[in-house]
Amino acid sequence: MTEQGAEMSGAQSLITALEHAGTDTIFGIPGGAILPAYDPLMDSTQIRHILVRHEQGAGHAAQGYAAATGRVGVCMATSGPGATNLVTPLADAHMDSVPMVAVTGQVGASMIGTDAFQEADIRGITMPITKHNFLVTDPADIPRTVAEAFHIASTGRPGPVLVDVAKSALQALTTFTWPTELVLPGYRPVTRPHSKQIREATRLVLEARRPVLYVGGGVISARASRELRELAELTGIPVVTTLMARGAFPDSHPQHLGMPGMHGTVAAVAGLQRSDLIISLGARFDDRVTGTLSSFAPHALVVHADIDPAEIGKNRHADVPIVGDCREVIADLLVALRAEAEAGRTGDYEQWVDFVAGLKKRYPVGYDQPEDGSLAPQHVIQRLSAIAGPEAIYVAGVGQHQMWAAHFVDYEHPRTWLNSGGLGTMGYSVPAAMGAKVGRPEATVWSIDGDGCFQMTNQELATCAINDIPIKVAIINNESLGMVRQWQTLFYNERYSNTDLHSKRIPDFVKLADAYGCVGLACDSPDDVDATIEKAMAIDDLPVVVDFRVHRDAMVWPMVAAGTSNDEIKYARDLAPQFDEVQDDWEVRA
Amino acid sequence: MSRHTLSVLVENKPGVLARIAGLFSRRGYNIDSLAVGPTEDPEVSRMTIVVALEDSPLEQVTKQLNKLIEVIKIVELDGGSSVNRELLLVKVRAGADTRGQVLDAVQLFEAKVVDVAPDAVTIEVTGSTDKLAACLAVLQPFGIRELVQSGMVAIGRGGRSITERTVRPVPVAPQRAG
Repeated sequence: MTEQGAEMSGAQSLITALEHAGTDTIFGIPGGAILPAYDPLMDSTQIRHILVRHEQGAGHAAQGYAAATGRVGVCMATSGPGATNLVTPLADAHMDSVPMVAVTGQVGASMIGTDAFQEADIRGITMPITKHNFLVTDPADIPRTVAEAFHIASTGRPGPVLVDVAKSALQALTTFTWPTELVLPGYRPVTRPHSKQIREATRLVLEARRPVLYVGGGVISARASRELRELAELTGIPVVTTLMARGAFPDSHPQHLGMPGMHGTVAAVAGLQRSDLIISLGARFDDRVTGTLSSFAPHALVVHADIDPAEIGKNRHADVPIVGDCREVIADLLVALRAEAEAGRTGDYEQWVDFVAGLKKRYPVGYDQPEDGSLAPQHVIQRLSAIAGPEAIYVAGVGQHQMWAAHFVDYEHPRTWLNSGGLGTMGYSVPAAMGAKVGRPEATVWSIDGDGCFQMTNQELATCAINDIPIKVAIINNESLGMVRQWQTLFYNERYSNTDLHSKRIPDFVKLADAYGCVGLACDSPDDVDATIEKAMAIDDLPVVVDFRVHRDAMVWPMVAAGTSNDEIKYARDLAPQFDEVQDDWEVRA
Repeated sequence: MSRHTLSVLVENKPGVLARIAGLFSRRGYNIDSLAVGPTEDPEVSRMTIVVALEDSPLEQVTKQLNKLIEVIKIVELDGGSSVNRELLLVKVRAGADTRGQVLDAVQLFEAKVVDVAPDAVTIEVTGSTDKLAACLAVLQPFGIRELVQSGMVAIGRGGRSITERTVRPVPVAPQRAG
C-alpha cells in the first residue's frame, strides 16, 4: 500500500484512501466530474470496479454487498444526475441502517453555486437521507474524510455516508496522509449497556408471565444471532423476527413464532398483542409492526434495547430503555439471567408458551391452491426455499412477492434475507442480489422479484452477465402491481386502476434474459416448478432468469388492514382467528 | 404547546445550520427563534434555539439533534437558572411633538436611541422576550415604521461552563479487506 506522505493527485489520494479503508469492490459509473478518480482506479490491484448500467443499480448493489457481508458497501458516481440517481439507494440504506459509502464527483470548487453543467447540490439533497455527508474541496482533506466516512458508516447504528469531491480537488496535487486517529467530538455511539438497566430488564423478565423477544435488524447488524439463541433457549421466551430480522433466529426453532406486523403470522401478531413484556432488541416499533399504535400490545411493559437512543421511546414508551449494541446487551442479559437461574430464579412462562404454540399450530402460514390449476406464487417460493436451501441468499423486491418470500422461505442464518424494508423500494432486488453475489461469490443468490419491480432495474443483468456475477432471478409474474392490486381488491371495490402490467405478454422475459446474455426459463405449471428450479440451480456460470407465471389473484395473508388495530388481524379474507378456542384466560388476568 | 430554550454546541463547519434547520422542518418541530454565533473556541459554534412543541416530547428533539454528527452537546436552559436576551431595533415615528414622550419610553426600558431623524428615532432595546414585548406595546401608539429582532441568546447562571469539553480521538481501524 502507498506510503504515508507520498505526493500524488487528489484522485490518486482518493483511491489510495479507499484502499486503506479496506475497499475491495466499487459499483459505479464514471462521468465528467468523477473522471479523474477513474484513472488511478484502473491501476488499483485491490479494488475491483464493477461498471453498472444505472447509478441506482450501483447504490443497491453496494447495499446488497453490505447486507450480505456486514462490510461497508461502496458505490461511485459522477456529479449531477449521476449523484441524484443515488438518492433512492441512499434513502433505502438510511431507513434500513445499511453501512455504505457513496463517493460522488462534484463540479470544480470555483464552479460550485454557478449552476454549472451537471451540478447538483448532492450534499444538500442527501442531508435527510444519509447518516452524514461531506463536501471536499481541499485535496488535503480527502484521506481523513474517507476514513471518517467509513468509521461513521460502520459504527453505531450503521448507515450511508456520502462523500462529494470537487473535481478541482481530484485534479490538484496533494500529499497522502492516512490518519491514525479521528476527531469526531459529536459522534460517540454508546455500545456498552448500563448495568442498572440490565438489572431492571432482568427483573422484568423474571416477573413477566407472557414475555416476547421482539427481534429487529439491529440483532443482525450487531452479529448477535448466537447470543440471541442462547438467551431464547435459556429463558424459553417466544421469539418474533421482524422483516429486517428474518434469519436472525432460525425458522426451524420451536420458539420462533415468525414475523410480526401487517402481514405477520397470527402467532407473532397475537403473541405481541397479548404479551405482558416485550423485550425489543434492535427493533424500532415501526408502524407496519404495531398497527394502530394506541392499541398495540396494550398490557405489555417494554424493555427497549437499541444502539440508537432516538429509537427508544420514539413510538412506544420504554419502561426500561437500554442504549447499547445488541450483542453486548444480550451478553449482559445472559450473564444476569444465568446468575438468577443458578440461584433458582427463573421465569414461569409455561402456560404462555403453550398458548402461543397453540396459535402457531392452529394458524400456520398457508395459502389456497388456485382452483384453476394455475401456479400459486407461494408454492414457487416454498419450492425455491426447499431446493436452494437455507445456505442460499434470498433477495426480494417490494410487494406481495416480498411478503411471500419473508414467510415461505425458511431462514436459518442471518444475512441470508435481503430486502428493502423501511423505504419499500421497488427495483431493489436485482442490483442488490448482484452486490450480494459479489460479496459472497460462493453462495447461491436468488433474487425473488415481482414483474413490476424487475422492470425497474433489470438492466443490471447486463452487468451480471458481463462481469461473471451469476445470480438467479425468480420473477413472480402475476402481470400486475400485485400488492396495490390486492388493496384495490380489498378496499377499492375491485376497481383495478393502473395496476395491470400485462407482463405475461410484454416483455417476453425469456427473450429479455437471452438478450442480456443470461439463461431465460419460464414456468407456468405447478408440475414443472421443481424441474425448472433444479435447472436454474445447475447453471453456475451465467445469470439465470426464470419467469414464473403465477396466478394473479393470490393475496398475502394474514393481514392487518392499514389504520386498524393488530387485534383485527385476518387469517384469510373475512376470516379472523378464533383466539378463545385456543385458550383465553389471559384477557381475564390482564 | 411548550416552549424550551436549547443551547446547542456544534462543530463550526459549513452546512451545520442547514442540517439543523432541515431536521426541525422534516420532523415537524417548530423553531420560535434561532441565534447562531461563534464561541470562545473557534472550532465550535453555539446555537440558541427556542423550540415550541405540540406533540413530540423534548426528549425526541434532543435525541434527533444528537444524532447529527456535528452536534457536540445540547443543554436545555430554563428561565430560572439562565439569563436570556434578545435584541430589538425599532424605528418609531417621532416628530417634534411626540419625541419627548418616545424618549421617556426609551428611558423607562433602559433602551438607547441609536439614530435620530426629523420624523423618527431608531431605538435599541435588549432584554427578555417579555420586556421587548412590553416596550413595543408602549411604542406602538406612536407608530412603528420598521422593526428587526434577533433570536434569543441564553447562558446559564453560575460559574460552570457548558463549553468545556474533552476531545477523545478514535483510533482508525482498517476494515477487513476481501
